[in-house]
Amino acid sequence: MRITREVIEHVAKLSRLSFKEKELEGFISQLNEILQYVEKLNELDTSDVPPTSHMFFTKTPMREDRVREEPSPIDRILENAPQREDNFFIVPRVIE
Amino acid sequence: MEYEAVIGLEFHAQLSTQSKIFCECSTKFGAEPNTQVCPVCTGLPGVLPVLNRKVVESTIMTGLALTCEIAKYCKFARKNYFYPDLPKNYQISQYEDPLAKNGVIEIPIDGTTKRIGITRVHMEEDAGKLIHPESGHVSYVDFNRTGVPLMEIVTEPDIRSPEEAYSTALTLKSILEYLEVSDCNMEEGSLRCDANISIRPKGATTLGVKTEVKNMNSFKAVQKALEYEVARQEKVLAEGGIIVQETRLWDADRGVTRSMRSKEEAHDYRYFPEPDLIPLIVDDTWINEIRARLPELPHQRKRRLQEDYGIPEYDAGVLTASKYTADFFEQAARLYSDAKSVSNWVMGELQRYLNQEGIEIQRCKVTPEKLAELLKLIDDGVISGKIAKDVFGEIFRTGEHPAAIVKAKGLVQIADEDALVPVVNRVIEENPGPVADFLSGNERTFGFLMGQAMKATKGKANPKALNKILRERLKKH
Ligand SMILES: [Zn+2]
Repeated sequence: MRITREVIEHVAKLSRLSFKEKELEGFISQLNEILQYVEKLNELDTSDVPPTSHMFFTKTPMREDRVREEPSPIDRILENAPQREDNFFIVPRVIE
Repeated sequence: MEYEAVIGLEFHAQLSTQSKIFCECSTKFGAEPNTQVCPVCTGLPGVLPVLNRKVVESTIMTGLALTCEIAKYCKFARKNYFYPDLPKNYQISQYEDPLAKNGVIEIPIDGTTKRIGITRVHMEEDAGKLIHPESGHVSYVDFNRTGVPLMEIVTEPDIRSPEEAYSTALTLKSILEYLEVSDCNMEEGSLRCDANISIRPKGATTLGVKTEVKNMNSFKAVQKALEYEVARQEKVLAEGGIIVQETRLWDADRGVTRSMRSKEEAHDYRYFPEPDLIPLIVDDTWINEIRARLPELPHQRKRRLQEDYGIPEYDAGVLTASKYTADFFEQAARLYSDAKSVSNWVMGELQRYLNQEGIEIQRCKVTPEKLAELLKLIDDGVISGKIAKDVFGEIFRTGEHPAAIVKAKGLVQIADEDALVPVVNRVIEENPGPVADFLSGNERTFGFLMGQAMKATKGKANPKALNKILRERLKKH
């Protein structure tokens, strides 16, 4: 795959990032170089190898369906809210 | 041109667990905002999700009930998108490897059954709730629902009409209720249904362009929205237009679907394997253990009710469509020997009142015990079947015992000859014309005279006794 200006703009938009013109230019060449470097892996025939989704060769631990006894640490969590009112997080209006 | 619809449904059922899918927060509905949250479900740095075993079990059980293949190895994926109801900016879901796939659901339609394929059943977490005040520039976020376990069930596009879609939804709800994996409360949003729909010339094998329809808050709404969408797509094609692939929202007040203009990027979810969760391994021992615990399913119960209680197939089908209706029937039929009569009352009077008042059977004041007691009063000749319907209405409203209502309202049936003879005599006296008509051989007039006599006793006469006395008196006339 080749990284074009459109790809960068699209990914930036999906990630809610904005870049200056100069930064954009830089990314096009940098990301293409990175991809080219990784392309080398394609030289290896992996048709018989199942894709790796995780580095640990074990199975996921599970918990029993139990509710924590302590109350929610609501104040400490709301400390992270850019804006709050009572127990609510407040965000810019998201409906037209 | 004649068209046919091609419909696939996507359900989201909230699983009935105590705690969330990846943390120990409660899932209880209706708590104060943000009182059931923790660092895991609000996506704070440095936390790790730990999978709730019951979520896996419920999903495997559902998969087995829908005759799916259960994956021995499956993984979770991140579905990435920005929206304020999702504190992590990704939803933990399943993508390439769902826990269950390739199943079937058999639905009743037009007196026969049809098989609808089940593409997949997977686990995921719910998002939070946004509250938009009527005015102002802000929205409020409540994360209590964030991380509540959901099961997504996707059907194949095997559904060919809005009625079939309705039947599929009802059948699936019924199965989930029987399995007790979800309470399927549509008002609280614990069961939601979206649809994909396209149309094509009847007999064609290629697919038309589909639209996705959302925002339907009842199964009747699903049927109506799909009926609207079929008509709309037909009109567009008839006028030489083309169907645009898009998401449309059902507007129940206006009875229309409306395009939800959204940017294409919104659908670029960039799924990738969730690095915080190691793949889930399910072994045969566990699957078999869950299989052994599978409860009786609607179609199995239908067959059993026919055999055990000798009721017709139709009755058994209606009664078992809801687990709670079937429970009610069985409890009443154990207390009262004429099961067909119980079935008639449950499908008739009870269902009529429930529909009328919009109450669910498990929350209604008529209990199986009270219905059985009422039917015994008819058998014992205390009240007539007609009066019993009035008493039933009273039980439904007040929850009083049938015998108490009969006593308080003076509804006891009159079978006593001494009481009925004067009534009959008066009716004969007051209706010389019809009496003469009957005596000249017109049997039909008898019904009229019976009606008059019954009316004179305010419906309280024992029909058998009244019939007998009226015939005797007419003969002697
Ligand atoms: Zn939590």
